Amino acid sequence: MYKQMTQNDILALRAIVGEENVLCGEAISPDYAHDELGGIERMPDALVRVHTTEEISAVMKYAWAQTIPVTVRGSGTGLVGAAVPLEGGILLETTKMNRILELDRDNLTVTVQPGVLLMELAAFAEENDFLYPPDPGEKSATIGGNISTNAGGMRAVKYGVTRDYVRALTVVMPDGEILTLGGKVAKNSSGYSLKDLVIGSEGTLCIITEAVLKLVPLPKISVSLLVPFPDQKTAIEAVPQIARAKVTPTAIEYMSRDTILFAEEYLGRRFPDTRHDAYILLTFDGNTEAQVEADLQVVADLCLEIGAVDAYLVDTEERRKAVWSARGAFLEAIKASTTEMDECDVVVPVNQVDEFIKFTHALAEELHIRIPSFGHAGDGNLHIYICRDDLEQSAWERTLAVCFDRMYQKAAELGGLVSGEHGIGYAKKGYLHAQYGERPIALMRGIKDVFDPKHILNPGKVIG
Amino acid sequence: MNILVCIKQVPGSSQVEVDPVTGVLKRDGVKSKMNPYDLYALELALALTERYGGTVETITMGPPQAAAVIEEAICMGASGGTVITDRKFAGADVLATAYTLSQGIKKAGNYDLILCGKQTTDGDTAQVGAEVAEFLGLPNAANVRAVNALEDGKLILTASLDDLVVDLAVKMPCLLSTDGDINSPRLPSYKVKRQIKSDMVRYITFADLDDQNADHYGLSGSATQVERIFPPEKNTEKRVLAGSAAEQTDGLFALIRDRKLI
Repeated sequence: MYKQMTQNDILALRAIVGEENVLCGEAISPDYAHDELGGIERMPDALVRVHTTEEISAVMKYAWAQTIPVTVRGSGTGLVGAAVPLEGGILLETTKMNRILELDRDNLTVTVQPGVLLMELAAFAEENDFLYPPDPGEKSATIGGNISTNAGGMRAVKYGVTRDYVRALTVVMPDGEILTLGGKVAKNSSGYSLKDLVIGSEGTLCIITEAVLKLVPLPKISVSLLVPFPDQKTAIEAVPQIARAKVTPTAIEYMSRDTILFAEEYLGRRFPDTRHDAYILLTFDGNTEAQVEADLQVVADLCLEIGAVDAYLVDTEERRKAVWSARGAFLEAIKASTTEMDECDVVVPVNQVDEFIKFTHALAEELHIRIPSFGHAGDGNLHIYICRDDLEQSAWERTLAVCFDRMYQKAAELGGLVSGEHGIGYAKKGYLHAQYGERPIALMRGIKDVFDPKHILNPGKVIG
Repeated sequence: MNILVCIKQVPGSSQVEVDPVTGVLKRDGVKSKMNPYDLYALELALALTERYGGTVETITMGPPQAAAVIEEAICMGASGGTVITDRKFAGADVLATAYTLSQGIKKAGNYDLILCGKQTTDGDTAQVGAEVAEFLGLPNAANVRAVNALEDGKLILTASLDDLVVDLAVKMPCLLSTDGDINSPRLPSYKVKRQIKSDMVRYITFADLDDQNADHYGLSGSATQVERIFPPEKNTEKRVLAGSAAEQTDGLFALIRDRKLI
């Protein structure tokens, strides 16, 4: 159904974006065949590097007319294979569109191109005394990718997720038409929110070429608390109790000693404390020391009351770096600790986090497999890694399938959903369909048909 | 092994501004913290007492509110500390600071080992440790990266000398300045913070010191005087000199000579 690309197509694309911005064959690095998810690869027929909205529009007009599939790619840090060009065709790379276009101090917004990296945006905001609150662990991801997966991150407990910070999007439709969705407005009751449909659509509906993002004033004080617990059970059970204490930390992260040790080995630096079995890491922010201190005290006292060994203060730049750099490296560290792994990024109601983690521990024992986990305990989004270690290929595949089935089933039982922030992409389609059932998937397919009747954008993903 | 760690309170952020008119650091609203380099010295001290027994005490010189860093050290595991504070000590340069500290240390007690951080993040001179050792007549080693053993009252150390590493045996009592980034300093405990008692922090003033000649302290005891403090001009020109230390030195010398700066 899709057109097999020819030399003429390559020449046509080169005429649009310039010779040097269209690569094909062996000139394309094998890295472009996959993202961070193992096991699914496909090389594109052409890698097209774009620099402007107009270029993207022209490329899409051509692809639309020729029925060539187009997959958009940012930094390629996705974890569900969403940026893999399953049908070949064009892989449209947006990393060269990496300019911060405007800081609007009156409307508290920043306008960016999709290839701006999360770490660049975070640093730019801070330099200007603002905070861009979404804070996913992968700082080298692009903003375009973050919007496309509705990435969440560590500050979601207090500040919410990427969706809550997108005011407007400029997008290119599959036929090349350029649209602006939303606006620099704080409220919007103007019909169906197309902007919100695009957020989290993983490149299946249209291509994001510019985003207006909301900023908040940078909180003057930020202090973290690293709370060690004698065992994982006590630590996990503390989370819902902290949530009930009516102080809102920006983050509540759960981490086990094993994961911290992996991070130590991976980073080649010692974590400030590894004497205890499990830890909860919390952050509090605000504008006065007294306010932050008061919140921190409530939680620290509560933790000690319910069995914490201590509560360590992470109150300076150096201490924050020592603790949070390890937290930021967990994914890569676990990956380095095993031969292969796959991940489950379920989200469950906050009061079911302890139940779900206990379930994964029991499952690990039952299936004789290692399942380290860490996650955003405060918002119910857990990152659970099934490690292959020395399992044979067939045993690995079998165990992984059982593991995933059981975990997604349990998450659904507890009122949870398939993905908290990594998306569905290619890898989690089956679980999405299993949980949602026919009607919701049919509604999603209907939306896809309206946006992209020829299904040329990111085929085979989410509902494809 | 009884250890005394010298610590200092410094501005909490490296982004401190200088008032262009008065030349004074704008400290209003800027949080303070313990000098990050002192954390490595403190961690080494705590690890040594875990290995060999003994106590860790701390000492600082500064205004009365510098007691906050003593409390921070207690939260990390020190048993107590002393603040050397007096208006007469104000305006001290490296020499007067080292002298005042050495006088204060004599009063604070007897120690087998005195530890200092490599330098402070506000003064950045890296001279106080060695000068305190001189005033106290103690053997001294700088850039200490590890204490490997204790043999017959001697500490067996590894110290860094830029492009080479030396193993040293230093007889106690002695003063060591630690290198940066040699360990992962433990975090302060909230549990201990709740239990700090006022007698864990002690104060020493001018009246407590042996040397009662006020001219030896503060501005009048300083061999150098700061004429003016100003923010450096911003220069975006960058040149990276590669090669060995000797080659880099030659390159830098040639550069300075070519520009007729010397």
